Amino acid sequence: MIHFVLHEAKDTVAVAVVEGIKAGTELTAWIMDDDKQISIRALQDIPIGHKIALKDMAVGETVYKYGTDIGKVVAPIKAGEHAHVHNIKTKRW
Amino acid sequence: MSVISNATTFWGYRRNNGRVGIRNHVIVLPVDDLSNAAAEAVAHNIKGTLAIPHPYGRLQFGADLALHFRTLIGTGCNPNVAAVIVIGIEDGWTKRVVDGIAASGKPVVGFGIEGHGDHETIMRASKAAREFLQDASEIHREECKISELWVSTKCGESDTTSGCGANPTVGNAFDKLYEVGSTLVFGETSEITGGEKVVAARCRTPQVAEDFMAMFNRYQDMINRHKTDDLSESQPTKGNIAGGLTTIEEKAMGNIQKIGKKCLVDGVLDKAEVPTGPGLWFMDSSSAAAEMVTLCAASGFAVHFFPTGQGNVIGNPILPVIKICANPRTVRTMSEHIDVDSTGLLQRDMVLDQVGDKLLEVMLRTANGRLTAAEALGHREFVLTRLYESA
Repeated sequence: MIHFVLHEAKDTVAVAVVEGIKAGTELTAWIMDDDKQISIRALQDIPIGHKIALKDMAVGETVYKYGTDIGKVVAPIKAGEHAHVHNIKTKRW
Repeated sequence: MSVISNATTFWGYRRNNGRVGIRNHVIVLPVDDLSNAAAEAVAHNIKGTLAIPHPYGRLQFGADLALHFRTLIGTGCNPNVAAVIVIGIEDGWTKRVVDGIAASGKPVVGFGIEGHGDHETIMRASKAAREFLQDASEIHREECKISELWVSTKCGESDTTSGCGANPTVGNAFDKLYEVGSTLVFGETSEITGGEKVVAARCRTPQVAEDFMAMFNRYQDMINRHKTDDLSESQPTKGNIAGGLTTIEEKAMGNIQKIGKKCLVDGVLDKAEVPTGPGLWFMDSSSAAAEMVTLCAASGFAVHFFPTGQGNVIGNPILPVIKICANPRTVRTMSEHIDVDSTGLLQRDMVLDQVGDKLLEVMLRTANGRLTAAEALGHREFVLTRLYESA
């Protein structure tokens, strides 16, 4: 079963595509562009559609999805944690 | 091999100006808010006609008024419409809308309420509507080339599954439609923020890229003039954020998956302008679902692809809206709204080419007459875009 998808290998976050992902679970992520699978352990519950961090990220770091800059880290994130508006923000507006 | 090729045909209604529609509506179109009651009374009298009420059309001026007329006239000229009854409070602006629609060669007649009152207007308009409806009922569908089908797209209540599932499904279908010479459009100017360079790089010529960036920057200037610190939770929306989308850049990159990997942007349109040739067009537009879909209908598009993540329920009075969803929770909890389930893509049960074909199959069935979920549920959202205050 695919639990997460990411677009490109460069991406630092992946999207939950199934419901009920619980902290502590070992999960499978699919890199769509390369058609490869990787494993990641969830440190927190991740709701469907929400993102998991694939690496540790410090404040100010750029977050990549679609192989593209989608914003900056505003609070430290550990690999496996929930990545969303509480720790990522746009660089505009 | 894809489900469509140059030889693919569908059964449509050919209009006097050569355009092909997939529905055969007789509409009762108010010029202004004051005429809604009469228009609705006519549609009530003559079953099978469709009133399209809206709240505007008084004291507008300049570019905002021009857009109002362009949208109403475009709606009347849309090939999904067989004939039009126009009703306005006075004769002048009513005639302007009637003349604009008449240029398409379609049956149209207008009625001004002043000097007559609602009763007499409703009676005269009902007589005309009855004749138009009976005449329209004798128009037969004929076999038309796939390239004659104009297809628009705009997504709504997006979440992250839109960007990796439902929007790429549309992109795959757009790539295939582009190859057979269809006329296509996308827009949502504010929702390209962060992906504007990707779109500019996909423009066919430097001039098209320049025109695109001019429209993009015009919209950014407007946002910067009015914005609050957080863009008032509008980009991304509360619904987007609940669905897992974090930033406008993330939403934009998901949004532009709808233009596929192969098609080029051949030209740029202002709001409700009509494309002058086949290919993929960018139309400057709001990202609000009903406003954008209404503009697509006014530009002459005959069928619409609407990917959703969290479950937008939108329809349009004259433009059939096909919903595509890759979020298994939404497909489970809101199934009556979803025409194409593309969840299989995210479980690797299907490849992109297969879900793209699945959408094209539903598109052909819709073109041949099958009602979309939004049509069956009675969703007829018609929202006019305003540029600024009335005088």
